[in-house]
Amino acid sequence: MRMRLERREPLPSWVLVLLPVAAILATLVLSAIPVALAGANVFEAYVALFQGALGSRFNLIETLVKTSPLVFTGLAVAFAFRAKFWNIGAEGQLIAGAIAGGVVGIYGGALPSFLLIPLMLLVGFLAGGLYACIPALLRTHLQVDDVVSSLLLNFVMIYLLSALLFGPLQRPDAGWPVSAEIAEAARYPVFIERTRLHLGIPLALGAVLVVWFLNQKTKFGYQARAVGSNLQAAHFAGIPTNRVIVLTALVSGGLAGIAGVGEVAAVQYKLLTGFSPDYGYTGIVIAMLGNLHPVGVALSALFFGIINVGSQTMSRMVDVPSYISGVMEGTALLVMMVFLLLKDFRLRIERR
Amino acid sequence: MDDFFTSAFLTGLIAATLRMATPIIFAMLGELISERAGVLNLGIEGTMVMGAMVGFLTTLTTGSLLLGVAAGAGAGMLLSLLMAVLTVYLGLNQHVSGLGITLFATGLAMFLYRLAVGSPIVPPTIDPFTRIEIPVLSSIPLIGPALFRQYGLTYLAFLLVPLVAFFLYRTRAGLVVRTVGENPLAADTVGVDVRLTRTLCLMAGGALMGIGGAFLTLAHQNMFLIDVVGGRGWVALAMVIFGNWHPVKAMIGALLFGLLDGLQLRLQGSDLAIPFDFFLMVPYLMTIIALVLVSRRAQVPAALLKPYRREDRG
Repeated sequence: MRMRLERREPLPSWVLVLLPVAAILATLVLSAIPVALAGANVFEAYVALFQGALGSRFNLIETLVKTSPLVFTGLAVAFAFRAKFWNIGAEGQLIAGAIAGGVVGIYGGALPSFLLIPLMLLVGFLAGGLYACIPALLRTHLQVDDVVSSLLLNFVMIYLLSALLFGPLQRPDAGWPVSAEIAEAARYPVFIERTRLHLGIPLALGAVLVVWFLNQKTKFGYQARAVGSNLQAAHFAGIPTNRVIVLTALVSGGLAGIAGVGEVAAVQYKLLTGFSPDYGYTGIVIAMLGNLHPVGVALSALFFGIINVGSQTMSRMVDVPSYISGVMEGTALLVMMVFLLLKDFRLRIERR
Repeated sequence: MDDFFTSAFLTGLIAATLRMATPIIFAMLGELISERAGVLNLGIEGTMVMGAMVGFLTTLTTGSLLLGVAAGAGAGMLLSLLMAVLTVYLGLNQHVSGLGITLFATGLAMFLYRLAVGSPIVPPTIDPFTRIEIPVLSSIPLIGPALFRQYGLTYLAFLLVPLVAFFLYRTRAGLVVRTVGENPLAADTVGVDVRLTRTLCLMAGGALMGIGGAFLTLAHQNMFLIDVVGGRGWVALAMVIFGNWHPVKAMIGALLFGLLDGLQLRLQGSDLAIPFDFFLMVPYLMTIIALVLVSRRAQVPAALLKPYRREDRG
């Protein structure tokens, strides 16, 4: 018996829309195995998951709070991957944005909120974006593989954050790595009192629209796509491929940087080590699951927000360890990849 | 700081260097074999976490350290088999598949660990490996106790480096592996099963990564903590590139990492002006610089990242 993959006729485009939905369903089915292994009733467990994430206004808002940074990192990765700039460094870029935005937020208390917050966003965008330009420039000018360099730069930034928090940014009276709180004016405004429904959530929606617009309606978006589909052809067609890659990196890293600003300005109100539960890496999964499309990214980020928040409830209600969220995320990615393959190829099993 | 360069300090530092380099060497060799056959395995970090967890739980339940190491290796092989199905047989993108495996394996390892032990206030511990003192040699002043009073797995790691080099460069099977990584079409033409070779290399590599992880919970520490691997997989990956895909050169990188890691532990208590985080940054920066220096004349296996589909032969 042997397996063969053969290219199939292109499927209609509605299949593309259905793929992430099918992948999510398949993930839920597959994840039932570890849930059952934990001795829980699978149906009850999933009810707890979705109720915990969406069942009340408070829970829904918490889910959106978790979704917001994931939208940004997902968009960051999707935007980069579309141009085949393999940015694995969203985690480091997010931290860079958090540090830069955080410093502005800590020392910029003299400014009014309507100036301070845009300034933090701008500085965070630039910090993340410029940090992403390093692997881009290394690739365009020195032929260094962008996957490995962007991955390694994550750790450099993690240790830089730690060094800053043990050094100049450490709150003077603190014995552990934590900064002073950001100014009151630097906090993202909250729309419903006593909840965490903050500015980062509409900002994330705005970012989806901006990226969609960049992709579909601008020359830059067109060029980035051309670079992604065939670098050499794009080059011969007169597209300045190196500039497109570096600009792509700037936007990609900038989006991740804004995710970092949001974590400081709306969730933590200060800088501390390990504040990001791998939002940057999760962004890679979200980008893939969303098929690199901004709307797909937003929906998969929401799905991941649901898993993250809901798994806490599931853990409390039916005693399934909340680490199930990591299992589900990994499964979702692998399933989606296989589905994407089956979109283009059919699997033929031949018996001999 | 007076005792900075006393012989006791040096002996301790050298010993720590070898100890900290051990898991990196295991994982690095695993990654190197996979990449030599043409598959970049970014599942390395998750594979180490799984090896650390499975090794620990096995020893916790059976009381046998050797079984723990074997189970860690087995877990690594299983994950790499999954990697092989995705990248070798289905030809999926190696970057994303590998990251997916790391995510999946890390999540699953934590999940299964919680299932097995619950969440007690004091995490369970095992009796870890003890160091093996090699008679005569270990009584050489200064370096004796540093080099010859180590864990068995440390000796094994350093023994494996020349063995892997010998295998790759001096045996027929090693030539086959390298050809599969450089020119799979040529290998296929002379009757080598490219996909099987890649699968076997991935699995051997996964076993080594799993052992590297198991070293952390069975020797370096005696418990499984969430961040027990702490990015060592990525360091190992970087060392493969730093060493230009040669086991001995990559080992030198791993030793350098071990030295920095060992120094860092010793400097944490002292009032040195530089925060120790900068030490931890060095291996990563060093690798990026190495990437720049070698990028033009790098010995990257030519078929790395490229799935081999016989049908595409045309």
